[in-house]
Amino acid sequence: MSRMLLPRRKFLGLSAAGLGAGLLGGCDLMSDSPTVEGWLNSAESLTYRVQRLLGGGRSMAREFTPEDISPVFKVNGDTEVDTDEYKALLAENFAQWRLRVDGLVARPLDLSLADLRNLPQRTQITRHDCVEGWSAIGKWQGATLSSVLQRAVLKPEARFVVFHCADFLERAADGTGQYYESIDLIDAFHPQTILAHRLNDAPLSQGHGAPLRLRVERQLGYKHAKFVMRIELTDRLDQIGRGKGGFWPDRGYEWYAGI
Amino acid sequence: MTEPQSALLDQPLARSRRGEKKLVVRHALVTRLTHWMNALCILILLPSGLQIFLAHPALYWGQYGADSDHRAFEIGSDQPDGGAMTGFLRLGSKKFDTTGYLGAIRNADGDYEDRAFPGWATLPSERSLAEGRRWHFFFAWLFVGNLAIYFAFGLANGHLRRDLLPSREQLRPRALLADLRDHLRLKFPRGEAARQYNPLQKLAYVGIGLLLPLMILTGLAMSPAMDAILPGLVELFEGRQSARTIHFISASLIVLFIIVHVVMVALAGPINEMRSMITGKLAISKEEEDEPHAASAP
Repeated sequence: MSRMLLPRRKFLGLSAAGLGAGLLGGCDLMSDSPTVEGWLNSAESLTYRVQRLLGGGRSMAREFTPEDISPVFKVNGDTEVDTDEYKALLAENFAQWRLRVDGLVARPLDLSLADLRNLPQRTQITRHDCVEGWSAIGKWQGATLSSVLQRAVLKPEARFVVFHCADFLERAADGTGQYYESIDLIDAFHPQTILAHRLNDAPLSQGHGAPLRLRVERQLGYKHAKFVMRIELTDRLDQIGRGKGGFWPDRGYEWYAGI
Repeated sequence: MTEPQSALLDQPLARSRRGEKKLVVRHALVTRLTHWMNALCILILLPSGLQIFLAHPALYWGQYGADSDHRAFEIGSDQPDGGAMTGFLRLGSKKFDTTGYLGAIRNADGDYEDRAFPGWATLPSERSLAEGRRWHFFFAWLFVGNLAIYFAFGLANGHLRRDLLPSREQLRPRALLADLRDHLRLKFPRGEAARQYNPLQKLAYVGIGLLLPLMILTGLAMSPAMDAILPGLVELFEGRQSARTIHFISASLIVLFIIVHVVMVALAGPINEMRSMITGKLAISKEEEDEPHAASAP
């Protein structure tokens, strides 16, 4: 038996190595299969349901003290917006800029920065978590999204809030590539969800999304749309962009980015 | 789960051809099922985790950490103007050249590419944070469910306490030293003593039994939604970035465990050991050990 064991051991070792390589290679292939993709993506709705069940609309992201603020708040994504419209708005310090609120609302709105500053404000020192893995702590100030939505008066069929942005992170052949994001009404009416126009006691810089950036504190950074131009209330996401509810969700990332 | 739960039940089930061996029940069905599900999950979680780590291969301590903050650990690449790319691993202030292995990896064209880990170590092998996350979180859920089943049964049927927790005797320095000596001499119990885990084995299993839940807790602490639901968790680890660092260290220790585990299986008799984890039955010698073994002391 001991004479047989060595070849067997070698055989087992080789099969284990082959299995490992085959498995990972197979995973690459499976990644491209719509069925497997469907299974893998099912984890997102499980995460969503469990986290909503546990935290729902009530749990609050931790708020830090001024001493906790990151010395440098990293700029990520688009650092500048390369369109003539945006450059013209920036040149006038966004005096002509208006935030359009439309879609499934009873009262469409056009809000200037001054209008937004006159709405109920919230200031919060929170941690920003990028999907890449890094975190930065900053002090954000802005109008609560709920106060904007209350003024626009949602129609009963409204289910999602879509943020249309000024920047094209990519110029795809199909015309998509303009940044957008969307959240559900639970996050939209969460007290920490604000339309920030200030970071660390200064007006938003272009890199951080001037003139207006969404803060949706219990989700990852890519949900925090920068350069917000228009807010659209809708009952479905499949007719916007490539139909997954956001620029990065259209490119394989989770729409619900609570993890 | 109608099978006997204990390796200690005396159930000679078969005789080998030479008649000096007997098969004893080693692992309960639930132990075997959860072991292999766990193995599958870890086989997916490790490379998909490295894929996620590719996006920002640096570690910090505390609440925050990004490019301009102090990095405790980093894998990266340098490229002087017009020069060749070199890869490095930096731990504190110590920097190691890892060109070709970490940081700077040769691509299909044979050129160095800025990439923390080679393609064979990540899932998918191509760079895709989105797909890496999909694999990671799907199997993270399976892993959590599987581990919950394992611990629920292990507590209920006494497997954890009886088979894995070292006895006071086994933790005596003399017993540990004797076991260490046996391991170094590659001397493994073949007879009745093989029914019980030896002290070092038990310590390794207790260690992995702590590391696996630690992976879940540090993983959850990285979720911004979980941090709002359960603020105490992330504070337990002194912040999200330290939780991420502990997640990485803990994963590295799990890799170390797997290497030792597989080597030990290969040395102790791969056929017998694999059979015990598949069918549940381990062959042991019918004769008493020629030398009394430290681990077998009552």
